[in-house]
Amino acid sequence: MNLSIAVLAALDGVSYAALVFLVSVGLSLIFGVMRIVNVAHGSLYAYGAYAAATIGIAVAPISPWLTYPGLLLAAIGIGVVIGGLLERFLLRLVYGKDEALQLLITFAVFMILDNLQRLIWGVQPIFAAVPLQLLPNITVLGVGYTSYQTLLLPGVAILTLVGLRYFLRHTLSGAVILAVTEDREAATAVGIDPQRVFLTTFILGAILSALGGALASPTTSLLPGIGTDMIVLSFAVAATAGLGQIEGAAVAAVMIGLARAFAIYTYPEFEVLMPYLIMVLVLLLRPQGLFGAARVRRI
Amino acid sequence: MTVIRSALKASLAGMLFAGLLSSPAAAQDKPAELKIAITTFLSGPASVFGVPGKNAAEMIAEDINKKGGILGVPVKLSFIDEGAGGEALVSNYRRVVQDEKVDVTFASISSGSCNQLVPLAEDLKVLNLMWDCGASSILEAKKYRYSFRTQANATQEMMAVLIYLLKKKPDFKTIAVVNQDYAWGRESWEIFSTALKQLKPDVQIVGEFFPKFGAPDYSTEVSRLLALRPDVVLTTSWGGDLDTLVRQAGQRGLLRQSLFVLGIGETSLQRLGRDVPEGLIVGARGDHWFLHPEMKDKPEFKAFNEAFKARTGAWPIYPVYHMAQAFSSLQAAYDKAGKAAGGKWPSREQVIDAMQGLTFQAWGRPVTLRPDDNQGIEAQLVGLTKKADGYDFMVLDEMMIFDSTKIINPPTQKTGDWLKTLTPELIKLDVPVFKHGG
Repeated sequence: MNLSIAVLAALDGVSYAALVFLVSVGLSLIFGVMRIVNVAHGSLYAYGAYAAATIGIAVAPISPWLTYPGLLLAAIGIGVVIGGLLERFLLRLVYGKDEALQLLITFAVFMILDNLQRLIWGVQPIFAAVPLQLLPNITVLGVGYTSYQTLLLPGVAILTLVGLRYFLRHTLSGAVILAVTEDREAATAVGIDPQRVFLTTFILGAILSALGGALASPTTSLLPGIGTDMIVLSFAVAATAGLGQIEGAAVAAVMIGLARAFAIYTYPEFEVLMPYLIMVLVLLLRPQGLFGAARVRRI
Repeated sequence: MTVIRSALKASLAGMLFAGLLSSPAAAQDKPAELKIAITTFLSGPASVFGVPGKNAAEMIAEDINKKGGILGVPVKLSFIDEGAGGEALVSNYRRVVQDEKVDVTFASISSGSCNQLVPLAEDLKVLNLMWDCGASSILEAKKYRYSFRTQANATQEMMAVLIYLLKKKPDFKTIAVVNQDYAWGRESWEIFSTALKQLKPDVQIVGEFFPKFGAPDYSTEVSRLLALRPDVVLTTSWGGDLDTLVRQAGQRGLLRQSLFVLGIGETSLQRLGRDVPEGLIVGARGDHWFLHPEMKDKPEFKAFNEAFKARTGAWPIYPVYHMAQAFSSLQAAYDKAGKAAGGKWPSREQVIDAMQGLTFQAWGRPVTLRPDDNQGIEAQLVGLTKKADGYDFMVLDEMMIFDSTKIINPPTQKTGDWLKTLTPELIKLDVPVFKHGG
């Protein structure tokens, strides 16, 4: 492999990793705090994407630049409404119950939302690429890249990681979340309302899931089934990192992104396998995931 | 006058009485309705074909019933979601045949579904029209009595696209492929690449990419292709996958660098709008095009297309025409069988007999079911993308319509063996060319 191929593959790997991190970090956060494997994460991703495309198509004729705030608005709207309703009226009923039950309930929600999605947006692929088309292409070693995928998405991924770290470690709300994660009873004893913390966390995780979808929407076709694919990939990232590991999710996403890109450049047959091959190898060596056991606290 | 009136009354009463007597006999002959169960994708990514197929079926059935049904019997449709897949699909199919006693089934879109349901139809002895699945191997493995493919198979479809490419760009040296990683993506490339090696042995295959079915991102494949610079890129992908690949390739200049061949791209043209350049090669899985050069001026063809557009908001795509072909073949078979039965309602076996070697026509050239293997021989239309007034998407130009009898293996030979016998002479095949609007 020559140097130019290595550079191009690295660039492709990092852009892909950024997207993978953005779609999987919400899953990790919710599991880290609430110990719930949220299968409906895939639906939140899909709804975030569809909502962003809908807003984008509506506002683009006024000004194409309005599609950018549209992405954020879609993520927050979907996260607050669907995330809030889910936590308040469903998940709250099953905290402390068997994990299998929680899994089944979020899976049922996923199936319902998947069907509802078809009713709302239909089955024909939707493509709303205005935010991507607004930014210029850049050329690296004679190969054109979109700056949306190569610069903007990795930038947003880094900002999300840093922002989440700051929020959890350096703000009162973050400290409260950590306290509930660490010891729910003790936190309750000092006056923290864990239900409120769970609601906040779930909404935050839902916003992150929807943000992943919203940011991915200009790059891809939206159609039935997009949520299913993303949930599988997100689980692979989260399991590789160790469930609940936010920084670990970033590292796992980069590993998976780079491995996939190098596979395409060298042995394309292995492309589909790479995320799962890495997951299996990591779990064989460290069943708790890359970052799972080193710390007691899981976020 | 009184006598005449009495005589009229008596004869009228006699007629009514005779009618009352004869109607139960007729009802025994003819069923109240002809039940058709259709498997189609109502969920999942392939619903981009399945839902237009269902819309077409409903529209066609309404039209048939408005005109008095098939041999006077109205058709009644039921649908099974192929998206459920596997066991659910098989058990639903069995249920509608055995419990609901459907007369005919149309199964299926996916070749995987056809592989499961064709042998089952044989066991259940129910007439089954393989209305959209394309894998050549299904009907090569065994001779079936009860299943008929009312359209082409992958061999005809891929051969037409390949010969079109070789006629249009005879001097290309390198090619790469980006296909979905499942049966269709693999089989279509196998046919295309095997034939390519026979027809133009000096071509070098520089890249073979099979991203996951439903992959949301092809950026890395696009980068790799930009670096490899192949003369031609083939893809037989479809639906959202094809839209994403073409748009990502277009955004980064790959569509201008390499000639793209969209093996079954006809279904994506309306969605892709003007985002694709002119000069891409597009296949249509048959001679399916809403501006079909030999059909476009026929009032009934125009009326069908416009009715579908009014109903769904989009012009028909190939699954719509495939559905129309299934219905046309059914009507033709019942007409033929009805005549053979002396005007009476034909039995199921009589209809099956009528299907053998049947020729019928829907919205393209006539299709013939080859009696040896029940495989449809269907003309193939391939063209180049072109901007045209009145359409906000690319239409097809420089269309060639291939006579498929020349580009399919004989029933005595399997596709793989036949492909290896091809010679470059085949490229000289005489094929008519049609301009858009010409």
